[in-house]
Amino acid sequence: VNNGIVVVVLASAVLYGTPLLYAALGELLAERSGVLNLGVEGMMLVGAVMGFWAVQRIGASGPVTLAAAVGVAALAGAAMALIHAFLVVTLRANQIVSGLALTLFAGGVGLSSYLGNDLHLADQPARHQFSAVDGFGLQKLPIVGPIVFDQSVLVYASWVCVIAVAVYLSRTRFGLNVRAVGEAPDAADAMGINVTAYRYAHTLLGGAFAGVGGATFSLSITPQWVDNLTAGAGWIAIALVIFAFWRPGLCLLGAYFFGAFAALPFTLQARGVTLAPELFQSLPYVMTVLVLVLVSSRGAKLRLGAPAALGTPYVREER
Amino acid sequence: VIRIERRLRQPRWLSLAVPVGSILVSLVASAVVLAATGHGPFHAYRRLFDAAFVANGALSASLTSATPLAFTGLAAAAAFRMQLFNIGGEGQLYFGAIGAAAAALLVGGGSTTLLVLAMCAAGAAFGAAWALIPGLLRAFLSTNEIITSLMLNYVAALILNYLIFDSLSYWRDTSSAEAKVFPQGKPLPDAATWPTATLHLSSGIVFPLGLGIAAAVAALLWFLYSRTRFGFELQVIADSPRAARYSGMRTRRKIVAVMAISGAIAGLGGASQDGDFRHLLDPRGLTDAAYGYAGIVVAALARYNPFAVVLVAFLLGGLQNAGYALQGADFPSGLVGVMQGLILFCALGGELLVRYRFRVGRGARAASVTAAGAAS
Repeated sequence: VNNGIVVVVLASAVLYGTPLLYAALGELLAERSGVLNLGVEGMMLVGAVMGFWAVQRIGASGPVTLAAAVGVAALAGAAMALIHAFLVVTLRANQIVSGLALTLFAGGVGLSSYLGNDLHLADQPARHQFSAVDGFGLQKLPIVGPIVFDQSVLVYASWVCVIAVAVYLSRTRFGLNVRAVGEAPDAADAMGINVTAYRYAHTLLGGAFAGVGGATFSLSITPQWVDNLTAGAGWIAIALVIFAFWRPGLCLLGAYFFGAFAALPFTLQARGVTLAPELFQSLPYVMTVLVLVLVSSRGAKLRLGAPAALGTPYVREER
Repeated sequence: VIRIERRLRQPRWLSLAVPVGSILVSLVASAVVLAATGHGPFHAYRRLFDAAFVANGALSASLTSATPLAFTGLAAAAAFRMQLFNIGGEGQLYFGAIGAAAAALLVGGGSTTLLVLAMCAAGAAFGAAWALIPGLLRAFLSTNEIITSLMLNYVAALILNYLIFDSLSYWRDTSSAEAKVFPQGKPLPDAATWPTATLHLSSGIVFPLGLGIAAAVAALLWFLYSRTRFGFELQVIADSPRAARYSGMRTRRKIVAVMAISGAIAGLGGASQDGDFRHLLDPRGLTDAAYGYAGIVVAALARYNPFAVVLVAFLLGGLQNAGYALQGADFPSGLVGVMQGLILFCALGGELLVRYRFRVGRGARAASVTAAGAAS
C-alpha cells in the first residue's frame, strides 16, 4: 500500500507543502496585524541562500549546524522584513509597492542571487540536510506511516508552529491585541496598545517564518542553492493566506493541497510518465489562479476573515 | 520634537527632487552592500558608469537595454495609475514575443514596413489577450490581480519553454539535424529585422526602432490619460471608486480596458525584442532578462508619468547594460537587481517627503499647540 501512487504523492505533498506552510503562517501573522507584505518570495530566497551558507560554513556536528542554519535563515528573513516594516509603518509608504520592491530587491534577480554568487554557493551539494526521521517508530504503519511519520524535523516543527500560531491568536492577550491592531488600529491605540510596535513585531516574525520556509527548500527539498530556488512559492503562500481565510489550520490544508501539485511532476517523472514537463510544472500556478477565483467570487461579498485595516497605514493624527 | 504633518500643497520641485534624491541615496546604500561584501564601491561605480554611458558603443548598448524597460515601464505605469497592480508585464512581454514571431514567420517575405506593422499588431494583441485573463477576473469576479497576473508570468514562461524546447511547434527551428539536438527558435525572415537610426557622433549611437515606438506610445498614453474623458474617468475611479460608481461610470469596462492597454504595451515590448534584437523566439534570453519586473521599478521611479518613464528607462537600461558588460567574479550578477530594489525603496520613502513635511524643534511645538487649540 505504502508504495502506491496516492500515498507517495500525499507524502511528498506534505514535504513540498512545508515551505508554503511556514511562509503562509508568517504572512498570516503580518496580515493579522494589518501589514500586507508582498515581499514573501524575496524573504524566502534570502532565507534559503543564507541558511545554505550557514550549513556550508559552520563547522559543528550535523544537528547543531542545521539548527543554526534555520536560525540564520530566520534572521535573514526578518532583516528583509525590517525594510518593509520601516517603509510602510514608519514612513507610511504604499504597502503593495513596497512589498513588490522587497521581492525585486531580495528576489531571484537581486540580493539572493548576489549573495549566492558572491559567497560561491552555487553547484555545491549541501554538507548536511534535513532528512526523514522515523517519527515515534510508526513509519511502517499503512498509509499514515509514510505520510505523517516519515518526515523531517522541519515538517514536525511546522505542525507545532501551526498550533502555536492558532493558540497565540485566539487564546493569548498578545494575540488578541494583534487582531485588534489589524481590525481597528484606532480603537487599539485608544486602549493603549502600541500599534507601531505590534506591526513591526509581526512583520518581522512574518519575515522570520518566510526565511525558514525558504531554508526548507535549500536544506531539505532540493539541498543546494540555485538562483530562484523557490520558483514562485512565496506568491503561492500569499494566495494561500487568502484561501485559508486568515486561519492557521486552513493554511495547513491549503499548503498540502498545493504541495501535492508541486510534487506531482517529480512523482510522475519518476514513474516514467513522458508528457511535457511544462504541463505539470504549470499546475501549481494555474491551480492558484483557479482557487483564488473560487474564493474571491464568493468571498468578495463576505470578505471572510480579511483584517479590516489590512494594507492601510495607521496615522494617529489622522484618525 | 519632530512632527510630521500633511502638506496642503505639493511643491513642484519636489516631484523632481525626490527621484533624483532617491537615486543618490540608493547609490550610498548600494555602496554599503558592496563594501560589506568586500568590493570597493568607488571603483565599482566608476566602472559601472563607464560601461553604461562612456565606453565605446556603451550608449548604443544602453539604448538597447532601455527599449524593453521603456515598454514594460509604460505598461506598469498605465495600470498602476489606476490602482490596478498588473505585475504580469513579464508574461505579457513573452506573449507579445510569441505573437510577433508567429506574425513574422507567417507573413514571411514582403516589405519591412508590412512586417513591422504585422509584428506590432500581433505582439500587442497577444500581450493584451494574456493581460485580459487577470483583467476580466478582476473586473467581474474581483479576484486579486496582483497574484493572478504574477502566477501567469510563470505559466507564460513555461509555455515559452514548451514551444521551443519540448515540442515541435511552429516557432521551433527543425530544419537541420543540429537544430534538433540543440533546440532554438526558427530564424525570422530578413525583412523582419527592424530598421535603426544612427546618430553620427564620436562613435555612432544606434537608436532602435522600438525606442521610437515606445516614445510614441508614451505620448499617446499621456494624451489618453490627461486629455480625454476616458482618462478623466480613470482618474476618478482610481481616486474614489464609490464616487465613480455613483456618477454612473462603467468601472468594470475601464478595468478591462486598462489591463488590455497595459498588456498590449508590454506585448509591443515583446515584438520589439523579436524585431529589434533577437530575430528569433528566444525563451532563455527573454526569461533571464526579467524586463517585466524591472519595468515596475521604472514606472514607480517615474511616478507613473509616461515621459519620465522613457527617461528613467534610459538610466536603468544603462545600469542593466553595465551589469551584463561587467558580469564576472568581482561584479556578481544580482548586483543590478539589488541596486534597482534600493532605488525603488528610496523612491518609496521619498514619497513621504512629497506628502508630508517635517517640523523640528520649537516650530513643531508651536504648531502642535495651535493644532491642539484648533482641535479644542
